[in-house]
Amino acid sequence: MKLQIRNGRVIDPASNFDKQTDLYIAAGKIVAIGEAPKGFESAATIDAAGCVVCPGLVDLAARLREPGFEYKATLESEMAAAAAGGVTSLACPPDTDPPLDEPGLVEMLKHRARHPEFAHVYPVGALTLGLQGERITEMAELAEAGCIAFSQASCAIVDTQVMLRAMQYAATFGYSVWLPPVDPHLARNGVAHDGEVAARLGLVGIPVVAETVALSTMLQLARETGVRLHVRRISSAAGLEMIEGARAAGIAVTCDVSIHHLHLCENDIGYFDPLARFDPPLRAQRDMQALRKGLASGAVNALCSDHTPVDDDGKQVPFAEAEPGGTGLELLLPLTLKWGREMKLPLARALARITANPAAILGIDAGSLKVGAAADVCVFDPEAGNRITREGLKSQGKNTPFLGHELQGRVRYTLIDGHLAYDGSWN
Amino acid sequence: MTAMNPQLNKNGELQHLLTIDGLPREIITAILDRAVPFAQPVKGEAKKLPLLRGKSVFNLFFENSTRTRTTFEIAAKRLSADVINLNINTSSTTKGETLLDTVDNLAAMQADMFVVRHASSGAPHLIAQHLAATGSNHIHVVNAGDGRHAHPTQGLLDMYTIRHYKKDFSNLTVAIIGDILHSRVARSQIHALTTLGVPEVRVIAPKTLLPGGVERMGVKVFNDINEGLRGADVVMTLRLQSERMLGALLPSPQEFFKSYGLTAERLALAKPDAIVLHPGPMNRGVEIDSAVADSRQAVILPQVTFGIAVRMAVMSMLAEK
Repeated sequence: MKLQIRNGRVIDPASNFDKQTDLYIAAGKIVAIGEAPKGFESAATIDAAGCVVCPGLVDLAARLREPGFEYKATLESEMAAAAAGGVTSLACPPDTDPPLDEPGLVEMLKHRARHPEFAHVYPVGALTLGLQGERITEMAELAEAGCIAFSQASCAIVDTQVMLRAMQYAATFGYSVWLPPVDPHLARNGVAHDGEVAARLGLVGIPVVAETVALSTMLQLARETGVRLHVRRISSAAGLEMIEGARAAGIAVTCDVSIHHLHLCENDIGYFDPLARFDPPLRAQRDMQALRKGLASGAVNALCSDHTPVDDDGKQVPFAEAEPGGTGLELLLPLTLKWGREMKLPLARALARITANPAAILGIDAGSLKVGAAADVCVFDPEAGNRITREGLKSQGKNTPFLGHELQGRVRYTLIDGHLAYDGSWN
Repeated sequence: MTAMNPQLNKNGELQHLLTIDGLPREIITAILDRAVPFAQPVKGEAKKLPLLRGKSVFNLFFENSTRTRTTFEIAAKRLSADVINLNINTSSTTKGETLLDTVDNLAAMQADMFVVRHASSGAPHLIAQHLAATGSNHIHVVNAGDGRHAHPTQGLLDMYTIRHYKKDFSNLTVAIIGDILHSRVARSQIHALTTLGVPEVRVIAPKTLLPGGVERMGVKVFNDINEGLRGADVVMTLRLQSERMLGALLPSPQEFFKSYGLTAERLALAKPDAIVLHPGPMNRGVEIDSAVADSRQAVILPQVTFGIAVRMAVMSMLAEK
């Protein structure tokens, strides 16, 4: 179907394009920007006046909860959330039940996710069997089934011999390895940042050294093996400093931060609010400031939703017993915009953190509006108010510390391969 | 999220007693004042007061504690309440009724007050918030100890004891010795002391038993017990749980006693009229030497008596709201 998106502010962070113009789509691809191709007759037109037209968002971490946790969320519910959030490509971590450690599971997930209104799903395979950090998985088989990288989700590898071998093996085939920067011994039983708030509330702390000690090990092994290392969910200023140092020393390392760690800190735990329980924990205000600056400077490569649908049973319990995480797919865009505004960044630069940059980390052809690219497009009104409510969220996970917040930025249309996956124009 | 102090009602009066952190000084003082007549020795019928007649107090103990439960039970009975004791053994591995399901069921039994002991920090807050959300805000919650977080009635009875012997808080040096990291008692004591205007609150412990950022609670940190005790007016010892005594936090109870046990020799560094408190039960020869525990400076048994008076004061104050 031929489609014209008219009169929007077209922003393509990958090429630093930012102009009021039209976008033309045919056969699921972007065919022109600005002037219509010869003989182009659109079957449909989207009026994007007052809206931004940008690449569909690319999310580095969205849990769909399949297989294994269908009571918390299903592919259908979370794909609706992705489309409503303008997300057209997402990587799902392997922490399903069973974990994504064999090709059959990956194929099944890919198969289930094949639907014109669903975002493109990029499974991240388990690096070790059962995520247990003991035996490496059949990475080549998993890659053939569709895995684009290998990760431990939030499970650390305790045995450094295994970590070294996993990196060597992945490097053999050129796969990237994603690791959580956490030393499981130093983080043992911890539920909150080891600081003022945890001390006052009597919560078991996770010190920043749990992050830096783990980073030191993985960065040295990355240098040794030459593997492409991606550090998932950095949480501290000290950790970020180490990554910058490693990069300066020539180690191929990227990292991401979640929307929660960009906007919240330990103080948001308040009186034991289980909605503020995250893994890694929300850290001190100065850590949050460092992450905000680091994301702006490029020291942090990408921003992700770390989408984790958690049901009420997982949150209506004392803080330490609460399941970490929160819903995020529908918050990724407004929270990116909020951060960008607060940091006074040009819109294109802010959007790069959720489009071109994560696409580069995934090594996929997405997150750009170049002619010939798949027509994965997000059309949003940057000024429209967006009050976060349980009823308004499409995700089955209704729990987020942003409930009740009045955010700015609302998705009007989401196109996936030129197909209208979400129409929020009535909003 | 952090907007309101959840234990005060909209008039700023005590709705629940969850923690001393953020409790206004006037309320603390009012509780201590109210406890004074309850602490007077009385005999026979006069022991019973009708202030909680017809009220049902549920002791919800998710963690065992015969001593604390008994003191609450005595306090409630002296106020003529009906007391129902529930020992609910829970562990995160056995999936039973959830905490809030239990609360809903007991609320439906016309409870007026929950006295809650729970192993998880913040459990009483969760219950109080849940009661508010379900329209059961007429039920009051008293925290009888939650995880490492707070033990406010213990903190208050310690303040009562200090005031009884020292009259005035504004010129005191108070030293708290021992396992600050795991102690809900220490946290409640620190908040109470700083709120009441004690100019110098010290904590004395090895680095393994101090929480990160403790100095931001308004205390001076000492790793050397002799330095920390020098010139103190009040010495508060803490119980060292047996599971902390062996392992990576401390090598042995003997070594703890050697470095941090309160002996007569060390106590001599404090003011001559210094008093010694302990929340009980004591480990003699671990955190405190018998010679000190049985000395005239120890006020450990009066603490127990005052504890009942303070709990009566808290319960009667809540019941008026």
